[in-house]
Amino acid sequence: MASANPYKTYLNIWLLLMFLTFITVYAAEFDFGALNVPIALLIASVKAGVVALHFMHLKYEDSMTWVFAIYPLFLLFLLIAFSATDIFTRVAN
Amino acid sequence: MTDHHDFDKNYLENGKGFKSWFFTVDHKRLGVMYLWAIGVFFVLAAIASFLIRFEHLSPGQTIISAQTYNVLFTLHGAVMVFLFIVPGVAASFGNFLIPLMIGARDVIFPKLNLYSFWIYCAGSLILLLSLAAPVDTGWTFYTPYSIDTGTNVILVTFGVFVLGFSSILTGINFIVSMHKLRAPGLTWDRLPLFCWAAYATSLLQVLATPVVGITLLLLIGERYFGLGFFDPAKGGDPVLFQHFFWFYSHPAVYIMILPAMGIISEVIPVFSRKPIFGYKAIAYSSLAIALISFLVWGHHMFTSGQSKLINIIFSVITFAVAVPTAIKVFNWLWTMYKGSVELSAAMLYSLAFIFLFTIGGLTGLFLGALAADVHLHDTYFVVAHMHYVMIGGTVFGLFSAIHFWYPKMWGKMFDEFKAKIAFTLIFIGFNIVFFPQFILGTQGMPRRYFNYAPEFETLHQLSTYGTWILGVGFIYMLYTLFKPVGAADANPYRSVSLEWQMPSPPPTLNFKEIPTVTTSTYDYGTKVEQEA
Repeated sequence: MASANPYKTYLNIWLLLMFLTFITVYAAEFDFGALNVPIALLIASVKAGVVALHFMHLKYEDSMTWVFAIYPLFLLFLLIAFSATDIFTRVAN
Repeated sequence: MTDHHDFDKNYLENGKGFKSWFFTVDHKRLGVMYLWAIGVFFVLAAIASFLIRFEHLSPGQTIISAQTYNVLFTLHGAVMVFLFIVPGVAASFGNFLIPLMIGARDVIFPKLNLYSFWIYCAGSLILLLSLAAPVDTGWTFYTPYSIDTGTNVILVTFGVFVLGFSSILTGINFIVSMHKLRAPGLTWDRLPLFCWAAYATSLLQVLATPVVGITLLLLIGERYFGLGFFDPAKGGDPVLFQHFFWFYSHPAVYIMILPAMGIISEVIPVFSRKPIFGYKAIAYSSLAIALISFLVWGHHMFTSGQSKLINIIFSVITFAVAVPTAIKVFNWLWTMYKGSVELSAAMLYSLAFIFLFTIGGLTGLFLGALAADVHLHDTYFVVAHMHYVMIGGTVFGLFSAIHFWYPKMWGKMFDEFKAKIAFTLIFIGFNIVFFPQFILGTQGMPRRYFNYAPEFETLHQLSTYGTWILGVGFIYMLYTLFKPVGAADANPYRSVSLEWQMPSPPPTLNFKEIPTVTTSTYDYGTKVEQEA
């Protein structure tokens, strides 16, 4: 929106996303053990972040929109943190 | 829609016939249609509950088979939760009141509002189609049974998935409306408390509903494609379903109750002729409830086999919910203190809300305590607790709203005396149904059981007799409401809130000129009211 040449930015972002997709596929060739899922999630999160910032214009929005964008991530963290606390501290009978 | 700009006609007269309602973008008409829809589903689910209670008149089979019993309690739970109480007060009175209360002509996205209603209709239809092979899982769809049962789980869960979109879109509409459409001078600290409650509810709808949507998709994936999210044999975890389900469904409890709390905050000052006590405390406690409600879901799972550590964490946080809830209750009581209390029908329902919801809330603390919950989990104590909250709280709040805004909504008055008789029957009937269930629960009567031991017979019978009184009271309430006794003034209860400062029923576009707000919404017994 506020960008001087939005089409150029969008093209660059698209190229970045294509590159990250390539990285995703390339990374899948290797077995990182326990890090397989975290690495895949990290790359996907970077892609989602870039889409939210540029294609969804979050970068140009006011602080209230940022609050609404960030808060669900906090809830997602809670969902994973509490469920994981259960799963990793469960004692089998 | 074509004669949308007719200022002189009220919203009820502005167009006749099916099309003028089903394609309307008027928030008031949508509110009324939601009210009718949830009313019909309430009656449907209530009939199921009457059959369930009738079955319990004697141990063993009384009138229906065990499988029919399982189907009926699932139908009762699923319809009451997903079709009645979750959309409930927020969609019906939220739609009707929020634009009036904030001084706007409609919600900010009127077409999206209509779209939400259509999605609600579609989701309801899909859910009801499952009646062809009715589900017997209970409304919680717990794995592994929901994976294994031969009944129509996919259709029901898909119906709930679709309904979720209606909930999310309505929530977004309300949040943005309250941010963008408040009349000049209507600052956040002058906003009616019903709007604050609806705002907190909308946050929950937007933030929590996607999780249950995805969870039910995972369930469908597991049932249909054999994916192993919840099946231990495939590396899944059945308790994970409960985590995901309650991550939504606990906040959903507050989606159900918060708008009703908003209603109580509106009704009590009007019939006490006093400004609301502790405005900011009530407003912020709604947000606090919305925040904490995301942190307590594990208290539904104390006996599921989840870890001891997380049990303790969830138990401690659960007690924290009692604080903002108690803040509301004390502030309502303080509002009445030394007020000029008028016991109208609407006020009686609100007072009953405080009384019954407090019982429901405090028994929730028993269930939040780990050691007590091990004994009480999955017994009638839980059934009684949640009905004291959901009926004693939300439904009594809804009934209070139906009576309080009846003149505004329909432009007519009902017979106060008859309404009070109906209230008395409902109040007595309700307590006879559910109080014995607390005792049954502490004695070990499990919930969702078709049969029971002979020593429970007397209390079960008492509970069933209560449903008859409750049913008569409810029918009498409907009779009273469908027999108006004359036209209503614009403001029969002398409220100072914005929605009463216009004709009853309101004109299609609400305000000829957007008002400028200069005082609090609760200036009762002050100079402002006397001048008005």
